[in-house]
This record gives sequence, structure tokens and C-alpha cells, in this order.
Amino acid sequence: MDQVMDQVTNQVLGQSSSQASAITIQNLNHYFGNGDLKKQVLYDINLIIQAGEIVLLTGPSGSGKTTLLTLLGGLRSAHEGSLKILGQEMCGASKEQLLKTRCNIGYIFQAHNLLSFLTARQNVRLSLELHDHYTDAECDRLVDEMLTAVGLGERLDYYPEQLSGGQKQRVAIARALVSSPKIVLADEPTAALDRKSGRDVVEILQRLAKERDCTILLVTHDNRILDIADRLLYMEDGRLVKDKTE
Amino acid sequence: MPKKTPLSWLLLVRQKSRLIVATAGIAFADILMFMQLGFQSGLYDAAIKPHRNLDADLILINPQFRTLFSVKSFQRERLYQARALPEVKEVSSIYINTGQWRNPETRESRAILVWGVEPGKPSFKLPEVEQQLSQITLLKTVLFDQAGRPEYGTVADWLARSPQGLEVELSDRLLNVSGTFTLGASFAADGNTIVSDSTFLHLFPDRSASNIEVGLIQLQPGSDPVVMQQKLSAFLPKDVRVLTVEEFANVEKQYWAEGTGIGFIFGLGAIMGFIVGIVIVYQILYSDVSDHLSEFATMKAMGYSNAFLVRVLITEALILAVIGFLPSMVLAMGLYQITYSATLLPIFMQVDRAITVFVLTVAMCSASSVIAMQKLYQADPADIF
Repeated sequence: MDQVMDQVTNQVLGQSSSQASAITIQNLNHYFGNGDLKKQVLYDINLIIQAGEIVLLTGPSGSGKTTLLTLLGGLRSAHEGSLKILGQEMCGASKEQLLKTRCNIGYIFQAHNLLSFLTARQNVRLSLELHDHYTDAECDRLVDEMLTAVGLGERLDYYPEQLSGGQKQRVAIARALVSSPKIVLADEPTAALDRKSGRDVVEILQRLAKERDCTILLVTHDNRILDIADRLLYMEDGRLVKDKTE
Repeated sequence: MPKKTPLSWLLLVRQKSRLIVATAGIAFADILMFMQLGFQSGLYDAAIKPHRNLDADLILINPQFRTLFSVKSFQRERLYQARALPEVKEVSSIYINTGQWRNPETRESRAILVWGVEPGKPSFKLPEVEQQLSQITLLKTVLFDQAGRPEYGTVADWLARSPQGLEVELSDRLLNVSGTFTLGASFAADGNTIVSDSTFLHLFPDRSASNIEVGLIQLQPGSDPVVMQQKLSAFLPKDVRVLTVEEFANVEKQYWAEGTGIGFIFGLGAIMGFIVGIVIVYQILYSDVSDHLSEFATMKAMGYSNAFLVRVLITEALILAVIGFLPSMVLAMGLYQITYSATLLPIFMQVDRAITVFVLTVAMCSASSVIAMQKLYQADPADIF
């Protein structure tokens, strides 16, 4: 299945242009609630994110950033317009398609959301076990390499409760990146961290993304990390009001 | 394909206190079921133990005979009629009545079952009885069941100290205990005694010699009991019933199972254990899912399906079933032993009961995980972003 997905992706990327886009959004509208309570939360979003780009999305609370992220991640299905992730149309996609897309996207959450009953190794491995084409030995090697790359080579068998906030978030990064996804979505990954740990986390994220040609869309309120972005987006009241390319 | 991380197992072993509580809960429910089912089958087994030890191929009884507790008699003549058939090798009769045994030490009376047998002919398959049958040909001698209730007195001990015999009072008549045998207490009788037919009629003078309770029929070697049962039923008048030994035992069992609340009471007890188990396991699984809701939601966000997580939950329940079942079986065996020493009921661990309880445990845990699953569907990854 994954191979088919990759083929589809490659075809789409190959056909579109030399500068392939990872995310293409056209005239996207989204609503919450039904009937009289129906409320529009996203208005006519248009956005193209190229492969390998690091995009930061900022804006006040309630502006719809997180909703946009959940749509991109296949956690909700989009209502109106077009939303293509790696060439796959997500608008009106079935549950199975959403689930399949999720396997090819890395997530980093505000809270680390590590599984408390698994070690760092096991947590990272979980994301590889979704893909059938890895061998057991490959899994072990990739997991250890990834954790070493985020600076946790000495703490492979630690449980989340034995790690600091920054370390936990680094395990979460390792988990998101280990299967080499084309897209990583991050929702305020530094919100729960102090200045130094937050800085470390985004720098690791930036470095690894560049090494692997991985697209990153990062929602944040944190002004201290804006400099890692290739592009900054600003959102307000459900609209993308500024698309400032730096 | 990579080896899958055993999530269900890790979920359990990383939460030791929850695992211990779950194990204790399931073990408790299982012990409840073991005890109820054990009591039930122990009581049945005790009730039919005398029947099963009768030395016969076919049995004759009054069609209204239901239980040893209140026996019905029929004409001894029917037994002699049966002997007319060439396939019948031998017949013998048994009188049954309830007598009053007086404990020689405390002088207290207690009901006891008295079996009046023909000493020269087959009666019980118990070797102890067969060896001592010649002793009771003497009038006023009795064999005493040492596996009966202790309230009858420590007859075996007293007997060992007085080899000439021990004098006891049965239904206001003095008898001499010549030996003991082992049969056991049941519903119908707290104990048993065996006497000769003449002693029986001496003990119960109002009983007529021509009316017996049980007729034993021995067939010629090579004849089929089932065929003979049909033949005898057709041959004999309808005032007697011809049964195999097992059918005779079933008559008694059926009486206690259906004619009394015993089957219902212990069945209900076992169901209670089952329900208690479901509630306990559900509680454990539900709080386990609740505590890890955001983690399960994360897994869904990563691309794990609901079906995968449901499997994790069911596997967890099945692991709990096994972990809880094993100690319960060991504990139940201990409790059976205690029950046996206290009540002399033949209550032991049996393979089929162990299988039954294990299957019930698996069903219990599966049912709980199906209920707890509802909570799993609430783990919506869109909510944790």
C-alpha cells in the first residue's frame, strides 16, 4: 500500500513541476457544528507548500490554525474546496484514505503524547511498525540512529517519566521523523518548554528536516523560533491574511 | 515485517498495582465460580455415590422411587420373575430405611441410612464391604460408614481399641459394629450403615420382608444390558422400572437438581461470580483506557486504526483472564480440600470444571473489553491537537 502511495506521490510530484508541492490547498472552507449552530471556521484558504519547505503558521488563539493542521493531518475530513496532501485529495476522503495518509505524516504535538508505558525506543519504533516493509533489524537500527540524532543515544531505554520535558519532546521528534515522512506537522511543539529546550528542539527539527528533505508546517505562538522558518504565515479569524516569503 | 511491540502486555506490566488488582479481582470471581460449581457437583456426586457403587448390571425400582431420602418399595416377587429370563444370572435385594444412630459417647441420636443386603449375594462393589459381608451374617451386626459425619462418633477408633466388637444403639436396638467401610455423607444421609436383611427386619419390625427398595440384577456374561433392559421392561409388570446403574444414579441426581433449589442456587451463585468478574474487569479496562486516552488518540493520529486498538484491548483482557485464572485454580483446590475436611463432601478439582471456569473467564474478560471498547472510540485525535 505504501509503495502504491509513493508511486502516486512521485507521479503527482513529477507531473506538477520541478518544484514539487507537498501541500496544495485551494478555496478551502470548513465549518463546525450543524444546522443553526453551524459556524464557519476557515474561509477560502489558498496555500501551496513546496517539498522541503519549513513553514511557520502564527496567529491568535481561535484563528483556525489548529483546525487547518488537523485537516492537513487527515484527522478531520475537509468540507469544501480542495486539499491535496502528497497528491492525495483529502476533501471528501474516506476514513481508510485518511488513515493511510496519516501513516505518511509525522506529528509533533504540544504535549509530547508519548506512550507512558513504553521506553523511548519502543515509542519511536511504534511509528515504524505501521509500515510493513521494514525488517526487524532495520527497525532497531533506524530507531537507535534517530534517537542518537536527537541527542538521546544514552537514554534509549528510558521511560517518558524519567526524561525531562525537552528530552520527551525530542523523543516525539524522533517518533515523527523516523519513518522519513514527506511531511511533518507540529502544533506548538515548544509551548511547554523553557527557552533553551525549546530552541534545541526546533533546531534539531530544522536540521533533520533539511537533511531528509522533509516539509514542515509548524503552528506556534513562540516568537523566539520564527527565524528557523523558510516562510511565515499569519492567520486571523479563519483567513490566511499574510503569506510573507522571506 | 517488523516484530510488533507487545502493547497489551507492556500496558499491564508497567502498571503493577493495576495488574495486581485485576488479577485479584478475576481470581476472586473465578474462585466464586469454582466454589459454586464445585459445591453443586460435590453434592450431586455425594448423592449418587451409593448408586454408582451398587454391584449390578441392571436395577429394579418402584417407578415412583426418586431419592434415597424418601424411598419407595416394590414386591420382591418382581425380582424372582426377572430371574426367569435365561440371561439373568443372579438377583439380589436391598432394603433401605432411615434409622436413628445414637452416638455411644454423647448419647445423641442422628438419622442414618440403613442398607439391608443379602450377605451371600452381590450388593456393593466396595472391596471393604465385600470382605466383611460374611461378618454381618450374624444377627445384630452392622458395618459402619467411617466417611459419614463426625457426629456419629469416632467409631473406627473405638473399634480399633476393642477388637471383639463395639456395641451401639441403632433405632433403639443394640447392635454390634463388626467393621467399617467408606462411602460418605450425602443429602439423603449424613452416614450409612450396612446390615443383613434379617438384621434389617429386626431393626424395623413394621417392614414386610416381601417389599424391597432396590433389586439388583446380574446378567450372564456377554448379554447386553441395554437390550436386556428393554426385554425386562416388556416382560415385567409396569409396577417396577428397569434401569441401568447410571440411569438409577441420574434419577437421584435429577431429584436434587430439579426437585430442589440446589441446581438453581449454585447456578445463580456461579452467574453472580461471572457478573462480578465482568464488572471488575470492565472497571480495570475502562480506567486503563481513560488514563491513556490521549496516548491512544496519538496512536490513531499516527495512523493506527480503531480495530488495532480494539485488538490491544481484547488481548489485554485475555492476558488478564489467564493471569487471573491460574491462581484461582490453585486457591480453589485449597478451598475444596478445606470444604472436604469440614463437610466430607466429595469436592475436588476436575478437568472439565477447570475448563468450564476458564471458558467463562475468557467470556467474562471478552465481554468486559467489548463494553470498555466504547470508551476507546472517544479517543479522537482531532481533539488532542
